[in-house]
Amino acid sequence: MTEPTSPERTEAARITTEEVTKVAKLARLRLTDEELTRFTGQLADVLEHAADLDLLDLEGVEPMAQPIPLTNVFRKDVPGPTLDRDEVLAVAPAAEDGFFRVPPVLGESE
Amino acid sequence: MSSAIDIAASVQSGERSAIEVLEEHLGAIAERESEVHAFNLVTTDQAIAAATAVDELVAKGGPLGPLAGVPVAIKDNLCTRGVATTCSSKILEGWVPPYDATVVTRLAAAGAIMVGKTNMDEFAMGSSTENSAFGPTRNPHDLSRVPGGSSGGSAAAVAAGFAPISLGSDTGGSIRQPAALCGVVGVKPTYGTVSRLGLVAFGSSLDQVGPFANTVAEAALVCEVIGGHDPGDSTSLPQAFPAVSEHLSDGVQGMRIGLITEMMGEGIAPDVAKRIRAAAEWLAAAGAEVEEVSVPAVTYGLSAYYLVAPAEASSNLSRYDGVRYGLRVDAPTTGEMMELTRTAGFGDEVKRRIMLGTYALSAGYYDAFYGTALKVRTLIRRDFDAAYERFDALLSPTSPTTAFSFGDKTADPMSMYLNDVCTIATNLAGHPAMSVPYGLGDDGMPVGAQVLAPALGEVAMFRVAAALEGSLV
Repeated sequence: MTEPTSPERTEAARITTEEVTKVAKLARLRLTDEELTRFTGQLADVLEHAADLDLLDLEGVEPMAQPIPLTNVFRKDVPGPTLDRDEVLAVAPAAEDGFFRVPPVLGESE
Repeated sequence: MSSAIDIAASVQSGERSAIEVLEEHLGAIAERESEVHAFNLVTTDQAIAAATAVDELVAKGGPLGPLAGVPVAIKDNLCTRGVATTCSSKILEGWVPPYDATVVTRLAAAGAIMVGKTNMDEFAMGSSTENSAFGPTRNPHDLSRVPGGSSGGSAAAVAAGFAPISLGSDTGGSIRQPAALCGVVGVKPTYGTVSRLGLVAFGSSLDQVGPFANTVAEAALVCEVIGGHDPGDSTSLPQAFPAVSEHLSDGVQGMRIGLITEMMGEGIAPDVAKRIRAAAEWLAAAGAEVEEVSVPAVTYGLSAYYLVAPAEASSNLSRYDGVRYGLRVDAPTTGEMMELTRTAGFGDEVKRRIMLGTYALSAGYYDAFYGTALKVRTLIRRDFDAAYERFDALLSPTSPTTAFSFGDKTADPMSMYLNDVCTIATNLAGHPAMSVPYGLGDDGMPVGAQVLAPALGEVAMFRVAAALEGSLV
């Protein structure tokens, strides 16, 4: 067992409303002032709990992104059935001429 | 109500028709669904058509599948062609999948009759079904209590007799915990043994589909029907699902079973711990070598999980942007449309996890949070591996308490997350585990015993589960 050493983590454990605002923007979510305050406190609680990971000695431990030994799963390049375009577009919010339709994208100030 | 196995036998022999069986279950639904709210949708018309088709097949002399005429309830995050699939979220409003999940196709091919889509915590994020956008499901044993979650509707449907079997999904305990709280059997199979094609993704490296049933034998049969390789899922293992049904009466004589020390102390209600000790004693009396075993890294499972699962969720749920599926809130530009759609469509818990995951993956924090959690995952796997050198299977409570009351934990997300403390490590390791009812707590509510096994160790797991079940008869 070693003492917590990462300054990043210690800093991060106290997530601020500014950081939550930034994260919400990245995730394309809009928060009210009440939500911002409430979510910041709740996220801080979870991150504070996660600070117990700092107690572990992880030197030389390989990360495990997924649990099974399969890598680079390929299939034969043979054409097969695909989803029916009309059926897919029929349940989309908006469609036109065989495409999904969206409001203007260009010229956004973001 | 008859078991799935008895129903299939009687339909196959012509003793009962699939329509009669269906009507009996639709009757049970009509009687209690208004108070239980297990379903987002009861698919009466499709069920009648499917049952009629099975009866026509019987008249023609088959061939009939192992679940011929058996009603099944399907969690509402499994895609069903032509039948709305909502994940209990407003953001999928109006979306009808153009394809079936592989598990749904396999159940139908085995002759099962889907009776409805079950309620859940929104996008499978929760432990009580209180996060559904369509209102909570109630525990059939006590309507003032939660059924657990996230697959609360699927657990309640079986507990209430609406269907003998159902499907759920388990990312951190979402099959096992509601099974425990509702007093039914619930199985989370080895990662990769059951196809995820058509399961709406939450945490792709953790999610696994599995069954609920009243008995271990029924759950075993459903696993064998839905499991096995699927070329449509690149994380699907090449082999067939382990042949568990043929080993259910093998007993536990000579098996080595470890009681997980870290899951028997602090945070576990004394009445629950007492039942699990009784289960361990029974297994020893039945001829197993039972010892306590420490699996130290599981203590860190909760922290690792609540970084890994939200990270994967924040990526998976980025697809709900008002372009291709479900809800769209109109706005002058696409950027605003996406933001307004996501803000209106997602509930609080989903928003919390998306933000937590976005944060854990963001520049400057990736190594400290997500990277650290992935290393802890390796430690958890190592500690389990060490335990499985000495033991064939492990035992613990499924849930630290029996079913709690509505509103008890909704104000404090961390207290809700602590419900998953016994189930989470399994998903991080990719191992199988299942919950078997093992008596009642002091409040008269069901207690679940969790049986854990190494990857592809389903035979050992089901043997232990069957022995525990047998001890209560």
